[in-house]
Parts: sequence; C-alpha cells; structure tokens
Amino acid sequence: MMEDNSPKVISDKIPFYRDVRFLKVFFQILFIIGIILLAGFLYSNMLNGLSRQGIELNLTFLNSEAGFELSEGIDFEPSETFLKAFWVGIVNTLKVSILGIFSATAIGFFFGIARLSSNWLIRQIASVYVECFRNIPLVLQIVFWYAIMLVLPVVRESISFFDSIFINVRGVYLPALEGTAGLILWLWYLLSGIIIAIIVVLGLAAFRYFFQSRELHATSRPSFISNIIFGAKWVAAPTFLIIAIVGWFLTPEVPFELSRPEFRGFNFVGGMNFSPEFTALLIGLAVYTSAFIAEVVRSGIQAVVKGQREAARSVGLKESQVLRLVVVPQAIPVIVPPLTSQYLNLAKNSSLAIFIGFPDLFQVGEIMMSQTGQSIPIFAMIMVSYLIMSLTTSAFMNWYNHRITRIGRSR
Amino acid sequence: MTENENTTNDPIIICEDVHKWFDDFHVLKGITTTFKKGEKAVICGPSGSGKSTFIRTINRLEEHQRGTIIVDGIELSNDLRNINLIRQEVGMVFQQFNLFPHLTNIKNITLGPIQVRKMSKNAAEEAALALLERMDIADQAYKYPAEISGGQQQRVAIARALAMEPKIMLFDEPTSALDPEMISEVLDVMRELAHSGMTMLVVTHEMGFAREVADRIMFFDEGVVIEEAPPADFFDNPQHERTKLFISQTLQH
Repeated sequence: MMEDNSPKVISDKIPFYRDVRFLKVFFQILFIIGIILLAGFLYSNMLNGLSRQGIELNLTFLNSEAGFELSEGIDFEPSETFLKAFWVGIVNTLKVSILGIFSATAIGFFFGIARLSSNWLIRQIASVYVECFRNIPLVLQIVFWYAIMLVLPVVRESISFFDSIFINVRGVYLPALEGTAGLILWLWYLLSGIIIAIIVVLGLAAFRYFFQSRELHATSRPSFISNIIFGAKWVAAPTFLIIAIVGWFLTPEVPFELSRPEFRGFNFVGGMNFSPEFTALLIGLAVYTSAFIAEVVRSGIQAVVKGQREAARSVGLKESQVLRLVVVPQAIPVIVPPLTSQYLNLAKNSSLAIFIGFPDLFQVGEIMMSQTGQSIPIFAMIMVSYLIMSLTTSAFMNWYNHRITRIGRSR
Repeated sequence: MTENENTTNDPIIICEDVHKWFDDFHVLKGITTTFKKGEKAVICGPSGSGKSTFIRTINRLEEHQRGTIIVDGIELSNDLRNINLIRQEVGMVFQQFNLFPHLTNIKNITLGPIQVRKMSKNAAEEAALALLERMDIADQAYKYPAEISGGQQQRVAIARALAMEPKIMLFDEPTSALDPEMISEVLDVMRELAHSGMTMLVVTHEMGFAREVADRIMFFDEGVVIEEAPPADFFDNPQHERTKLFISQTLQH
C-alpha cells in the first residue's frame, strides 16, 4: 500500500451491511412487512373462524328490526332498526358524559381551591372528600348511588324542593324550558337578525375602508379586519339584540315557557326527568372525577410562584381578588392538559352504565351483539364511537390550551 | 441629620421591638426604629441578616410575632381592614420583579387602581401611561412582561407600585437580579423618585446609590440593627467591627 504522512481517510465504499443509511431504511421496511403479515394472519384466522360458525361479516343487519325496547333516551320503538338503537345509545352516552364533565369541573374546582384554603376546617373537609372518592373503585360508587336511588320514597311521598324539584324512587324531576309553537317563528326572526347584522357590518366596514379613511395617513388607516371587529362589536351585536327582543314580543305566543313537573294521577307530568339509573351514573361519574380534578386544580394553583401572590397583595388586592385575577389565570394553562385526561376518563368510564342497566352506547351494543351475533362489527362500531368522542374532546381542549398559552408567557 | 430638603420630622413608620421567628429560627430580634416622612433609608447587611424580612413585615408579607408596627397612624394588627389599608399606602418592588405574566405591562399597572381604588379604566390607563412615560418606557405599554428586558420589567414593576399612589415605597434588592448594564437605568428611576420626596426603604448592595441618596444607612446582622448612621459617617467612620469588615468587603470591587 501507499505510504505517506497524510491522515488516513476511510474509503467511500462502505459495505451495505455497515451503511447506517441503508440499515435505517431496511429495518423500517422489515418492521412494516412483519406487521402486515401479522395483521393478515389474524384477519384470515378470524374469517376462517367466523365461516366455521356460519357467520358472515357485513353490516346489513343494522337495517333490520331491533325487536327490543330501551328504557330511556330519545323515542325508540322495538320495530325500529338496530342502527337507530345504536344511535339512542350514543346520545345517552353523550348526555351523561357532557353533564358529567360540567358538574365534575364545577365540583372539582371548588374542592381544589378549598384544599388550599387558609381555613383549617374547609381544608380538612376538602381533603376527606378527595381522599374518599378517588380511592374507592368507581363501580362501587355507581352501584352505591343506584342503591340509594332505589330506596328513595315512592312517588306519592316525593321529597320536594320549592315545589318544583321532586326526588323519588323513579328518579329526579326538574323544571325545564320548553319551546312552544311560537319558537319556530322566533328562530326565523333570529336568523334574519343574523343575516341583517352581517350585511350591515360588511357594508359599513367596506364604506369606512374605502371612503371615510382615505384621507388618513396610510399607517393609521384601520385595516378591513379591524373595521369588521369594530362593526361587530358596536353595530352587529346591538342590531341582533334589538331584532331578537322585538321578535320575542312580535311572536303571538311566548317562544319558551317554564314547564314544571306536576303530580297528576300516579306520576309527575311536565318538566324533565332523570331516571334513577341516569342519576346514579351521573352522580357517580361526577363525584369520582371531581376528586381527581380537585387534585389537578390544586397542583395547578401551587405551580404559580409565591412571588405572584406577594406582588398581588402588595398592590392591595384582597385574597379573593388575588386568586381570581392573578393566580387562577396563570394556573389554567397548567391545569388544562391533565384536565383533558380526566374528561376523557369520565367519558370512557360512562361505559360502567352496564352495571346498573342504563342503556348507554356499550349496553345497547351488548344487547345488539346478543341479538345478532355480529360481535366483531358491533365491537368495532363501539370502539370507533368512543374514539371519535375522545378525539373530538382532546382536539377541542388542545385548541383551548393553545389559545390561552399563546399570550406572552415565556418566563 | 440630613441634607435632603424633603425629609420632615413627622414619623410615618414606627417600629417597636419587632420580633419574628421562622419556626425555631429567630430572624428579627427586636427592631426598634422610626422612619420619617420623606426619609430615604438604605438597609444593608449580609444575607440571612433579616433585612428583607424586616421590610416585608411592613406590608405584612411576613407576619411579626411580637412588638408593634405603626404605618401612617395605622397599627399593623391582625385586623384585615388595617392590613388592606396599609398595603394600599405601601408600594413594593421585588428582586424578581414579580410582574403578572398573563397581563400586558399597562394592565399590570392598572390592575390595582381599577380593582382596589375603583378607578375607571380610562383614568387608570391614562395615569399608567403617564407613569410609563416617567419611567421612559411608554412604548412598551402594550407588550407582555416576557417581551421586554429585565431593566424595563423592573421599571414597569416600579410603575405598578406607584400607580397606587403610595406614601411609602419598599425596595427589596431591586437590582440584584439585573444584568450589570441594566442596573443604572433602574437606579436612575429610583434616584428621581427619591428627589420627588417619596419615603423609601431600600434593601440593596449598591453602595454608590446608598452614599448618594440615603439619609440613613442601617446595617443588619443576625436579626439586629448593629449600626445606623448617615452615609458619610457610615462609610468613613464605621464604629462596629462587623460593619468595618462589611464595608471593606463591599467596597473592594
């Protein structure tokens, strides 16, 4: 070989089995092939098994008659299809999840802040609440609340609050706003109000942009967008409000009326009714999740540095103002990501409804499986439904989090 | 005792035998002193000597456990109303600025006047802009604290304290967290404030500022005031061994 004093340079020719670039791609391809083979094997295995049992994999059964009843939810007859039954389940799950998320958030914030109170008694009560409810299995709690619902007084001896809320063994009866015949007409007024407001704002913005501000200096000339925002605030909102109010009085019948539950014959009529199953599930989910949310809120508040409270106190703010104006706004960005997980947990935990016979998504799916034997497509439908709900929730929460953390805070 | 024409003989802060413990640690061991209206007192001493704790007791960021503190005729007791009244009279500037990061600079300043003094939003913003003008940073009004330099942040913090129109200003090591080239812009503002007649209690290691502005220098060590004197006497003729050591160490560089 050649001998010289220059440093040795390793040749460009690398054998492929040592070439990092090759190896990277090679192993990825190998991995993908492996996965495809595995999935294919499982799928063909499943098809074989199904054909041996004489089951065909398709979704046509969804259009056949369900033949079973559902105890609650939107109106449903046994003569309607499986698809409709599944939809009833979805709506029930959504209803309990959304109400649960709102109540859990309110209770959770209350106890989270209470745990940091300077009042010893309040602090202890909050600690006991949190430690009790987050350390008992959720199924037990739901069954416990259901048991309580079932030993409530009979309809005739309902517990009543202000003569408008009634609690008895058939559930909870609450007053509700009900749309009357005038509602449709009023909604038309609202729609026309929105359209008029949009036209007025766009016209005004265009006018201001092209004519009124022409003589202004180029830099101080307001942009088209800022004109629209200005118009929306000072013109559109009042216009819309006026039309809404005038419309309210123009409709012959008041669009909404308060419907109160009333005792007639053997039961309550009017208002809205939460069944014992729904109530037990809602209380169980809300209370259990609120204990976790309380901890999330507490940790978020504690993450705000001490100097912030001191500065707020030193300008003379009262303790409640310190919390509301300085501490909580800074705690929210810390709270939101773990709060999202709690919301997702609550929605998924609502499938425990099956233990007390509330017809949620999962329970309706179970019934459908036993009626049709189509367990695989139904399972897939249930999973996809939960997935869509969860992904929607986290997408919304991520958007919210992004919006509130965008403002300059790079401490 | 002073060359400063602003200082009067009316006492504004009266401290009598003030004691403070952090658990077992005796931080303040009986501080007795009086600050006069318009007086500028510089408080210095080694770290852990209780100097920060002392000025923090004056607006009740720290509670004193024995003795009395009377601020502008109001006794600092456990009466919530008194504490709130005193906090409105006393402005404070912190070492770490402690601006509210979720509010723009001008909102940082108007928060107190609007929420506590119940000023209208317009009046408060006008006053805030005037203060920012005085601090020479009017162009930073609508930025967030994270978007401006440390020296500018500290000046916003001073404006925030002044917006409440306090009678007394407390400074807790206002320049210690600043880069060297930003220290002077903050000291300039404090100098200007001193000339306007504000009563100021300043914990600082800036001995040049102390010599120039202070009516009195108080030297803290292990929770007691071991020496206090006008700057000329303090620097040129210190009485106590501990003070001499401190002065020789701080003036070395």
